Amino acid sequence: MKPSSETYIPPSEITPQNLYNRRREFLRLSAGLALAGFLPPAEAKPGSGKASVFSTTETPTPFKQVTGYNNFYEFGTRKEDPAAYAHQLRITPWTVLIDGLVRKPKTLGLDDILKIAPLEDRIYRLRCVEGWSMVIPWLGFPLAALLRQVDALGSAKYVEFVTAVQPDAMPGVRHKILDWPYVEGLRLDEAMHPLSIMAVGLYGDALPKQNGAPLRLVVPWKYGFKSGKSIVRIRFTEQMPHSSWMKANPAEYGFYSNVNPNVDHPRWSQAKERRIGEFLKRKTLPFNGYEQQVTQLYTGMDLKKHF
Amino acid sequence: MRPQLQTPAQWRLKPLWLKALVFISSAMPLGWYAFGIQADSLGANPIEAITRGLGTWALNFLLMTLAATPLKHFAHWTWPLLIRRMLGLFAFFYASLHLLSYLWFDQFFDWPSIIKDIFKRPFITVGMATFLLLCPLAMTSTDGAIRRLGLPRWKKLHRLVYLAGILAVLHYFWMVKADMRTPLMYAVGLTLLLGLRAVWLLHKHRRPNRQ
Repeated sequence: MKPSSETYIPPSEITPQNLYNRRREFLRLSAGLALAGFLPPAEAKPGSGKASVFSTTETPTPFKQVTGYNNFYEFGTRKEDPAAYAHQLRITPWTVLIDGLVRKPKTLGLDDILKIAPLEDRIYRLRCVEGWSMVIPWLGFPLAALLRQVDALGSAKYVEFVTAVQPDAMPGVRHKILDWPYVEGLRLDEAMHPLSIMAVGLYGDALPKQNGAPLRLVVPWKYGFKSGKSIVRIRFTEQMPHSSWMKANPAEYGFYSNVNPNVDHPRWSQAKERRIGEFLKRKTLPFNGYEQQVTQLYTGMDLKKHF
Repeated sequence: MRPQLQTPAQWRLKPLWLKALVFISSAMPLGWYAFGIQADSLGANPIEAITRGLGTWALNFLLMTLAATPLKHFAHWTWPLLIRRMLGLFAFFYASLHLLSYLWFDQFFDWPSIIKDIFKRPFITVGMATFLLLCPLAMTSTDGAIRRLGLPRWKKLHRLVYLAGILAVLHYFWMVKADMRTPLMYAVGLTLLLGLRAVWLLHKHRRPNRQ
């Protein structure tokens, strides 16, 4: 039995309705103690957002997996490391510097950022470059709304995202596995695309630290590593940003890193993926299933060359 | 090679106990994964944990096998020689399960895709080569095989294990995304085990009248 399309949901994956309705209660009960220590101040705590047309109807990956199986190398390279060590991250106070080729550079506090736009529920597929995927109910707002705050100059072509480094809290940054701070980037039009969001929560609650608290990028049609966690700086540039993964291995990680089943990672195929919780593999979809929405960003580009 | 047992009669039972103990401990990783599937304790991606874990154990047993000779030379321990064959066969056992889990859970026996993988991906090529090198060693692991081949030829054939060790570590290196610390640890271990052999050879060569 093979999943015939992306909308195929095995019966075992469907959470019983009564449990689903009580999901927040469960989360509070089970994760409440653990979360209580690192929730942002009450006024910054995101509530449940409004529904979005961009959300998938696929069944979300359970909270336990979403928050227990993470790549966040600052806390260690094992998938369990972020959940084990991220509690050490200090997220209050938190500011984001937005500068570079802009007319009005700004340092925004988290409270100000949360006032920029209403929060939306965005249930997105996430495809990791390693060949696994999840469905995550994010809570966030369009990145475009944040970027509009600073009035970009005409010369700005790219946006660079710099993420937090707290050496005393992050055991992973003591080793030079990547060039810290972790840097990622988008072309300006990619960043302004309505699918690109800043997430401040998941499963209706504040973002757990291992998922990139207090705010992170989510660009669902690209491999997961493009969506930087715990963002501290956004810089508008004319030159293409040099991301940490491009520096670590330019032959394997390109700037665009769009999910593409036809362009293999040099060391493994990207044609299929294992959805966390499933036994059989699924076919990976071009642009992670967001082809219709984003394909026009890349017209005329050879995506095998610009991988 | 069967080690010469020079133990007094009352110690003769010891090898049997040693072997039983080693056998049970060597089967424990498999038990761990079997239990882990039952108890759902292998994390969010149990299949990946199993595939990688089996590979790691194959490598662990390969290195343990390679430790027997240096331990004899430098620490004058002979008991590792008693269990070397068993450790080697466990290395092959875990390597086979590692390969099976790749063929099954990763590829679902999609042979065209597997063959493409073997030729296209160096780390798969090297992994497969390692397994192929281990096959004749496992097949000639019996006393009968040693007799049929004759000890000198058998020993020569079993030197393939050095190459298998090197390829296995390379397989690990080429699989890892960025954090090379664990494969590096294995590389250091292997270099030490092979290096000690070289040291021993030089030592023997220089003073041929002794030993």
